[in-house]
Amino acid sequence: MYPAPRKTRLAVWKFASCDGCQLSLLDCEDALLELAEVLEFAYFPEALSRPVRGRYALSLVEGSISTPKDAERIRAVRRRSDHLVTLGACATAGGIQALRNFAAAGEFVAAVYAHPQYIATLEHSSAISAHVPVDFELRGCPVNKLQLLEVISAFLRGRRPAIPAYSLCIECKSRAHTCVLVATRQACLGPVTQAGCGAICPGCHRGCYGCFGPQETPNTTALSDALAALGVSRAALQRLYRTFNADAPAFRRESERHGE
Amino acid sequence: MSRQTQCAHVIDLEGLQQLLDALRERGYRTLGPTVRDGAIAYEDIASVEELPRGWTDEQSPGAYRLRPSDTDTVFGFAVGPQSWKRPLFPSHQILWRAGVAGGKVQLDSEPHIDAPLALIGVRACELSALAIQDRVWLGGAAPDAEYRARRADAFIVAVNCAHAGGNCFCVSMHTGPEVTSGYDLALTELGTEGEPTFLVTCATEAGAAVLETLTRRAARDDEIAAAQAVVAHTAASMGRAMPETDWVSRLLVSPEHPRWNALADRCLACGNCTMVCPTCFCTNLEDTSDLSGLQVTRTRRWDSCFSVDFAYVHGGSVRPSIRARYRQWITHKLATWPQQFGTSGCVGCGRCISWCPVGIDLTEEVAALCAETPD
Ligand code: SF4
Ligand code: SF4
Ligand code: SF4
Ligand code: SF4
Repeated sequence: MYPAPRKTRLAVWKFASCDGCQLSLLDCEDALLELAEVLEFAYFPEALSRPVRGRYALSLVEGSISTPKDAERIRAVRRRSDHLVTLGACATAGGIQALRNFAAAGEFVAAVYAHPQYIATLEHSSAISAHVPVDFELRGCPVNKLQLLEVISAFLRGRRPAIPAYSLCIECKSRAHTCVLVATRQACLGPVTQAGCGAICPGCHRGCYGCFGPQETPNTTALSDALAALGVSRAALQRLYRTFNADAPAFRRESERHGE
Repeated sequence: MSRQTQCAHVIDLEGLQQLLDALRERGYRTLGPTVRDGAIAYEDIASVEELPRGWTDEQSPGAYRLRPSDTDTVFGFAVGPQSWKRPLFPSHQILWRAGVAGGKVQLDSEPHIDAPLALIGVRACELSALAIQDRVWLGGAAPDAEYRARRADAFIVAVNCAHAGGNCFCVSMHTGPEVTSGYDLALTELGTEGEPTFLVTCATEAGAAVLETLTRRAARDDEIAAAQAVVAHTAASMGRAMPETDWVSRLLVSPEHPRWNALADRCLACGNCTMVCPTCFCTNLEDTSDLSGLQVTRTRRWDSCFSVDFAYVHGGSVRPSIRARYRQWITHKLATWPQQFGTSGCVGCGRCISWCPVGIDLTEEVAALCAETPD
């Protein structure tokens, strides 16, 4: 009456990244077996040795585009994928490596590598959506594995994933954490950051670093004014917005308003 | 004041411990104030040792500081970030699950009822907030079964405030600081020196029955007068006040007031105000399926009028701007709530002012919105 659904072909792709988001998938433990029941892991270099060629119903893409070769590869991935979901801050906003976007990448290459002539790199590290259409962007550095399972479950049923885009504060208060900004005057990016991590940092009495990127309507200017009133310097404000999501437009614009 | 004379007795800390013990013996889960992470939190407490004795708070717009008090009082603080809505109306609640087993759909929608709650240290503004939430969850055509059960079973130990927080304005909302109804037992802490003593009064038979079991003595007239003086002193030291204008009707005619633009510039749309507000009740219903597609769950989560999706209707959100969302919050809370529920949605607890990261002060905004009128 309810036939077992046909297995859906899944591919997991890696671009410029630390592998942390893919590891979140491997970290799904018990759910991994359930995943294997409904998905055929057709391409997953982190977990499988031999890639399978062909078309993929769902491609999960980790990492940013930082080389000319990757810019071509992502177009090939898109062509082979019915549905493409980006995983994490690198794929969604360019990642920590997008700090190069605020400087001259060539100078870093010359400073770091003995033979810079062998390095083929783009001036900027960019989000997947800057190159190909993306069906869903899952935030985080790394992504939350429960949200990842929700996105996959939603995809399998053709429904909208239950991933709120509101502020981290809503999640923080739902978990009854004491606000570190109001009660201990620590800088916290929670009000301008999207929920999803479970408010881990405020739960450890630390301000949010913004690793889930800007919330749906971030009022970064108002937050910066409040943080400046607490004594956060202009240089520190710039650093606050320039981490894993430095090139997310709202954070980039705000960071450019501050600095030495 | 007859309320403070009803079965008025005096107990000490040992009596308060006996009260906790008696409630726990009767099967209640005792929740009360305690110090956690630099704020007063409402948590499970079994001993009077866990109460915030010797602590007080300083509150101003966007700032909360817990500090050692000059006195050794047990209840010498105003409300913290949590309210009693959390235990009565949890932030995350599964409404039903359904699954397919043996070719049949099975639905599990039984309300989940746990041990009855005893709420210790409920303030006057919070009793008003509970009464408002009762109208919201129980007043309509489809009362909420879990809320009803938790509320009907709850035992309430109220406390008359001996300290008004810097953002308290219950006097101007006519909700405090004296507790008047909606409790089983009420405590007033007497004096600030020496071992704490409390004047206890009861308002229900359940309260009287528990009171009878405690080590106590009848209150003297001077103690009853002292308890009244405590409340009078708190009433006279409110941190702020709502303006004495007809803000209900002024807000209704001011949707284009320029002040909304200034608010939109400051407001983070972070939702902290609605999360800490003891009367805010907005939720989102989330329907999810598992990987197999054979199990589905409907979950109710706290949401906020500050989130874009909260006002999503087919095709988009009807309140995309922060200006529209802030205006919705204040206008609903203060002006259209009376039409909907027959009461204001604000009890003057000041939480939204303390816990707003940018310190937006509701009373100041209402005054501004009522003072200058556009054209
Ligand atoms: S600690 Fe940070 S995330 Fe939590 S409520 Fe405060 S500002 Fe928001
Ligand atoms: S609107 Fe603010 S002051 Fe009024 S009840 Fe809610 S949190 Fe308290
Ligand atoms: S608003 Fe009134 S009742 Fe509530 S905590 Fe402050 S003084 Fe007490
Ligand atoms: S009024 Fe304050 S707490 Fe409420 S959404 Fe705006 S910034 Fe956040």
